[in-house]
Amino acid sequence: MESEKSSHGANHYKNVACPFCGILCDDLEIGPSSEGLKVLKNGCVKSVAGFERKLVEPSPQVDGKDVSLDEAIAAAARLIRESRLPIFGGLATDVEGVRAIMALAEKGGGIVDHALSDAQYRNFKVLQTSGWVMTTLTEARNRADLFIIAGSDVHKLHPRFFERIVCNEASMFSDNPPKRTVVFLGEGLDQSAVKGNRIGEVLTLPVKADRIGEVLDAMRALNKGATITGDTIGGLPRAAVEDLLERCKAASYGVVVWAPPSLGFANADLTVQAVSEFVKDINLTSRFAGLALGGNEGAVSAGAVCGWQSGFPLRVSFASGKPDYDSERYAMSRMLYAKEGDLLLWLASFTPDLSPPDTDIPMILLGTPSIKPARTPKVYIPVGTPGIDHAGIMVRVDNVVSLPLRKLRQSTLPCAADVLEKIEAAL
Amino acid sequence: MLIKLTGGKVYDPANGVDGEVRDIFIENGRIVSPEPNAKVDQEYPLHGRVIMAGGIDPHSHIGGGKMTIARMLLPEDHIGNEVARTELTRAGVGHAVPSTMTTGYRYAEMGYTAAFEPAMLPANARQAHMEMGDTSIIDKGAFVMLGSDDYFLRQLAGKADFSAIKDYIAWTMHAAQAIAVKVVNPGGISAFKFNQRKLDLDEKHVYYGVTPRDIIVTLARGLHELGVVHPLHIHGCNLGIPGGYETTLDTIKGAEGLPIHLTHIQFHSYGTEGDLKFSSAAAPIAEAVNANKNVSCDVGQVMFGQTCTASGDSMRQFVNTRSADPKKWVVMDIECDAGCGVVPFKYRDKSFVNALQWAIGLELFLLVNDPWRLFLTTDHPNGGPFTWYPHLIRLLMDKEFRRDRMQTINQDALKYSTLASLDREYSLYEIAIMTRAGPARSLGLVDRGHLGVGAWADITVYDDNPDREAMFTTPELLFKNGELIVRNGKIIKVVNGGTHVARPSYDPSIEKSLKGYFEDYHTIRMDNFRLSDDEIVNGGRGSLIIQPTRARAA
Repeated sequence: MESEKSSHGANHYKNVACPFCGILCDDLEIGPSSEGLKVLKNGCVKSVAGFERKLVEPSPQVDGKDVSLDEAIAAAARLIRESRLPIFGGLATDVEGVRAIMALAEKGGGIVDHALSDAQYRNFKVLQTSGWVMTTLTEARNRADLFIIAGSDVHKLHPRFFERIVCNEASMFSDNPPKRTVVFLGEGLDQSAVKGNRIGEVLTLPVKADRIGEVLDAMRALNKGATITGDTIGGLPRAAVEDLLERCKAASYGVVVWAPPSLGFANADLTVQAVSEFVKDINLTSRFAGLALGGNEGAVSAGAVCGWQSGFPLRVSFASGKPDYDSERYAMSRMLYAKEGDLLLWLASFTPDLSPPDTDIPMILLGTPSIKPARTPKVYIPVGTPGIDHAGIMVRVDNVVSLPLRKLRQSTLPCAADVLEKIEAAL
Repeated sequence: MLIKLTGGKVYDPANGVDGEVRDIFIENGRIVSPEPNAKVDQEYPLHGRVIMAGGIDPHSHIGGGKMTIARMLLPEDHIGNEVARTELTRAGVGHAVPSTMTTGYRYAEMGYTAAFEPAMLPANARQAHMEMGDTSIIDKGAFVMLGSDDYFLRQLAGKADFSAIKDYIAWTMHAAQAIAVKVVNPGGISAFKFNQRKLDLDEKHVYYGVTPRDIIVTLARGLHELGVVHPLHIHGCNLGIPGGYETTLDTIKGAEGLPIHLTHIQFHSYGTEGDLKFSSAAAPIAEAVNANKNVSCDVGQVMFGQTCTASGDSMRQFVNTRSADPKKWVVMDIECDAGCGVVPFKYRDKSFVNALQWAIGLELFLLVNDPWRLFLTTDHPNGGPFTWYPHLIRLLMDKEFRRDRMQTINQDALKYSTLASLDREYSLYEIAIMTRAGPARSLGLVDRGHLGVGAWADITVYDDNPDREAMFTTPELLFKNGELIVRNGKIIKVVNGGTHVARPSYDPSIEKSLKGYFEDYHTIRMDNFRLSDDEIVNGGRGSLIIQPTRARAA
């Protein structure tokens, strides 16, 4: 990896991977500033906020009082040892952090779940019941001629998605690639980033998010030769839906994009399923694929590592010593609400914004400095951010590519995995 | 510390030792020949026991994105198959697609000390190595997939200088930390993305204008000239298609004498005779393998029961989704690099097709003469999980047992196979070739797969039980690098295995072209695409075992 000394003696880094959303752009240039780090090239609102956050190095605390790291680790181990059912939540960390959480949860007999699992489960449930045809970022970037953005405010979640995947001028397959059609299927979606030479038509089909499934189901039925009566489908004019189907059939490679965190309504997994089943059917004659986004705060890495180590994508209990999986029972949000579990270990190492849920059970907080829990945790250990304070690896949102993260500055903030390993050793 | 294994019957085909009673000495992890009066610190009396090198599985899908997709797809595979943590071992799950640590424990408990992931996509190499890093005890290695990736196909289509193609092959092996190269449905994974639904050996890819034959010959010759020991590992065109055996025969002919390895050849040995237009073509395939010494293969034996197929062959797997059981599946197009298809499958002994697949695999085992060129695999988990190996070994060693099993399957299937007429029984020596010495030689593993002085002490000790399934299920002892890991089929110590890689030379100036290519088209920079050695070593949790290559020719 390239790095060169700047005139101030601090490093200037190229090809830096950014951990602040699921896309993990790795073309950033980062250099020093008087305040810390500065994003010099290829930044976005999230990466600038993340990398340029000022370094603060608060002391670990027990019951709100400063203690040494060793004392905080000993106190955390004691709490886990005394707990009957600890919940290991948040899990906003890198692969090594998730590995350490898995080992600790096994030994401590607890439950693992990620802060954003409610969103991820809109996908996981479909994977577990019917599956899908999916694509990845480079494949979509080079191959797609039709993008359908389904009910998701992609630009807000991933500020560079359109720039890098949809509006890119170069394609592997043509020096003069055809223009792309972008269809926004949904209401109030930010279209501002869809611009440039590659973009042909931009269509807006304003359908309520919880009716997108209806539209896709109807397109699937129409594609199978069914007759649908009525002037509207999912609130859209029938002709608009029929037109969309024809565009899908005519596309050489269509991609439906959705971000589960945007589908915040009841039973949104059924919408993901409707999309996925439509995509499967279109593939009987032409090529089409889904592309699920989201996966911020290390959600993809947490699901992947838990998946390969335990067989299940989070929501696993190790209380019996064996992995016990129940995606409803061991949902952290439900457990905290129902007052199941008697200890919460919350891990949030990317942004101070991922505060732990407000709960009256005792808490061990491994958090980014400046994180603001609603109540004082029993134990607070400030931790470094992967990709800034220490090196690491994260899995990208398409679940194929993993990116190496780099240590960009000197800090005394410990790496969460090291802290967790020490807690485990002290159990 | 000097360890002595006393009085066992040693099966060490690499050194021509066939069941001789011999003592074996271990010191500092390796097999040694001590001074006559050297003090033995620990002795294991093994009279009557069978001793072999640790098992080596040359083709087993144990790590990489498609396996984790399969794990997540199939919670029902895991429920009822949970394993609790112990003071030594981690918790885990699984039958067909076990979790990573459990995979390593099960291999070790079965007497194996290494397994090779055969389908590592360059784009997914980092995750594949992370999963293998979490696979306990055994050594690992991976074959990197080429042949449907845009860079190679544009080199081929653009008639690039052959040395540049070799540079790219070698560069990819370094970047992905691979020991060998595999091609899967050559060009077909890419063609599927252009909506081609099949690609025969001499059919042109609609965009690149190259054929699978071009791809195979180029990669096979490239690897040969790069001096990579394992030949091109070929998952051919037309997997699973009745009549596909003709493609397999043409592939053998098309290799023009270059060394090639045909993987899971069972799936490529189907004829079209009979009412159902599905029959065994094991006999002509075996005849061709016997006649062509440049060809090695592994079988990919089908075993009855639930499993999950997981392949890079998105084109063929999309067709197989019609048979998904349970009815859910994943197909992916990946990074203009490769693809994957994960399709759960249940092989039924009363199904004509599945019973015939089972018979075809066994026929291949029994008709191919040279066990040095035929390796024992189920293509885990595609034909069935690797935990079937002891049963499969008994099927090969015990013709009465085989006949009994044949009574229980669809009888019509046997009419389209020669299995009933085959009396061959494998010897322990031949099993040791097929499961240890052969894979080690084929993969170029120095100091592994044999028990000669200087070898690493990966050693399995079995009770000489006439029930060979019981014998191979529960080894009495397993040593890994000289440490006792398993006793009576139970793990007593956990270690971290290493990762085998091979590093043919390349002209580093290829990175100039690759760097720009990644920046123009990819969503990852070349520098980040490449895996560093530190990622494998990971603070001492893993280690690299660099296997030699021959000198590069031009």
